[in-house]
Amino acid sequence: MTALPDQRPESLGGYVVHGVPFPLETDPEALAFLKRMAPLQIEQPYQITYLHSYGQDSPWFAAVSNRRLLANRDPSSGYTYANPRGHDMFSGAETEWIDITDRKASVHAFTVCHFGSEEFLPECPFVLALIEYEGVNTLFLTRLMGLDPQAAALDWIGMRVRPRFLRNSKLKPTDVYFVPADSPEA
Amino acid sequence: MRPVYVVSGGVSKFAKARPDRTFQAIVKEAYDYAIQDIGLDFPTFTRAVDGSVASYFSDHFARQLMAAIMAQDYLGLCPKPSHRVEGGGATGGLCLQEAWKSIASGHMDVCVAYGFETMSHVETWKGNEFIALASDVSWDYPVGGFYSGYYAMMVTRHMKEYGTTVEQMAHVSVKNHINAYHNPYAQKRNRYSIADVRAAPMVAWPLTRLDICVMSDGAAATILASDDGLRRLQAAGASLPQPLVKLTGIGRGTDAMRMADRPHFDFETFMAEYATEQERGSDETRRYYQKLWDHGTRYPGVHSFRAGRTAGNMAYKHAGITDPLKELDFVELHDAYTSSEIQTYEDLGLCRYGEGGPFAASGKAFMPGIDYGLKLPDKPVCPVNPSGGLIACGHPVGATGLMQGVFALWQLQGTVGKHFGDETLQLKQPRRGAIHSHAGTGTYVTVSILEREAQP
Repeated sequence: MTALPDQRPESLGGYVVHGVPFPLETDPEALAFLKRMAPLQIEQPYQITYLHSYGQDSPWFAAVSNRRLLANRDPSSGYTYANPRGHDMFSGAETEWIDITDRKASVHAFTVCHFGSEEFLPECPFVLALIEYEGVNTLFLTRLMGLDPQAAALDWIGMRVRPRFLRNSKLKPTDVYFVPADSPEA
Repeated sequence: MRPVYVVSGGVSKFAKARPDRTFQAIVKEAYDYAIQDIGLDFPTFTRAVDGSVASYFSDHFARQLMAAIMAQDYLGLCPKPSHRVEGGGATGGLCLQEAWKSIASGHMDVCVAYGFETMSHVETWKGNEFIALASDVSWDYPVGGFYSGYYAMMVTRHMKEYGTTVEQMAHVSVKNHINAYHNPYAQKRNRYSIADVRAAPMVAWPLTRLDICVMSDGAAATILASDDGLRRLQAAGASLPQPLVKLTGIGRGTDAMRMADRPHFDFETFMAEYATEQERGSDETRRYYQKLWDHGTRYPGVHSFRAGRTAGNMAYKHAGITDPLKELDFVELHDAYTSSEIQTYEDLGLCRYGEGGPFAASGKAFMPGIDYGLKLPDKPVCPVNPSGGLIACGHPVGATGLMQGVFALWQLQGTVGKHFGDETLQLKQPRRGAIHSHAGTGTYVTVSILEREAQP
């Protein structure tokens, strides 16, 4: 058995600071003065890599990386979800996959983000839109390209759009985005 | 269920950053205020209280799991029972209702609800990222997760459906900021004009920086009691302000996390399942709604919050309210955005769906006796956010819903002047008020009704 050393090793760097102001003597007057001390603030970095599973929604991502858009449909009622949903919210039944790549699509609502969360700040301004597909009961959140972000207008709502796909799939919902239907083919 | 009284409350000054105190010590500011306001000292109240409910929204902002137990410990409440409540922006409202349940069920006679958030520990845009993690991280967040963007999409649809204008939205900002000018607890105490709101930097079209609430550090606490609890507090030496205030109605609703997944119901479903009692009873309103549906309106879509409507209808039924605009003397509602205040007018039945914009600019939701620098066609009927709301007071998430409860309590007690050092925001003998707490894009919503007891 070997005992641990009786001193922890010292190092420079990190959050080590030198010479923090503090009374030389901890007499009552000095201790009372500590109530007027400004707070000390340090940085705490926090970074983590998660292993995120798309679970039962995985076929949607496989499809989009192959330039197809899938949706889920309740087999009895035909209620159709633009975002995958393994079970129908009304019947509770397991849904089936359908291909909606070539359905007519239009803008249901939109915004131009001039600011964004830290991760997306470098991409500002960008256009977020909710897309409605013909014969689909729910909407789909996406990026809208090919429009002037400084010329936002309510008449963008109702505009016919079509999907365009990233050539290099990232297996994210942004592998697909939308452009005005009259945009030239890429 | 037993009657539940809201006995006392306290709020810390909401601020952009409070590095001078840890979150536990900020909670204690609000908690101590609530205790002192009924004339008790700390050890006496500790003996009298049965337990607590705690609320904070984000483990990311706190960078501390189980932060609530650290507040419980700091308040000297261990080993009394407690639990943490979390439901996004509605966290504070849920906390108050959980405390109500503890009393109404007979499980406790005196219960304290406290909540907090410290959002200043990260930069603003990282904070927006944390908040956006309260959207689906598979489908919504990666597309450009940003709550101001989500709400902007909702309001473009509201504008398209109903003709709502950015100037009507700006009325909400002017009203709430000027109200907060008289509220010393508010983070922002500024006078703005419609032009100021529209000229502010565009954040997410058409919402400018002055259409959007800010992030805050802050805490709030309320003390609830049963009849037995009142007697216990009085026996301990408490001086309970008269008239007493009761929590007479609670309601909650929910909706899908992804707003894209919200249903688009037909007219019959809306009238049968979502219309208010008042709307169902009016042939004229039925015809009005039929016309909207004939023009393509579907419910709730992304322009309305069925969670808010569900919560409101439930709370009104519980409290026996059938005409909210007339039977409520004020509402403190979750105005994270000017647009969502307008959407919520409609959800809460202060006006019909589609009429929120004109209602905002009518003057009916403004305070009497305050010069807003606006030409308002109608007199105040039911002031909304007399405190200044989230837009001006700030939004330390876990505290916000409780802050509404405290401000509503002071309105009903008639003690606003005492607590604010300014009588301007005190309504004349209000009898009943509603508070409304709202999460996500309308995922959890709570509505609670507070009522002043009739004077003997």
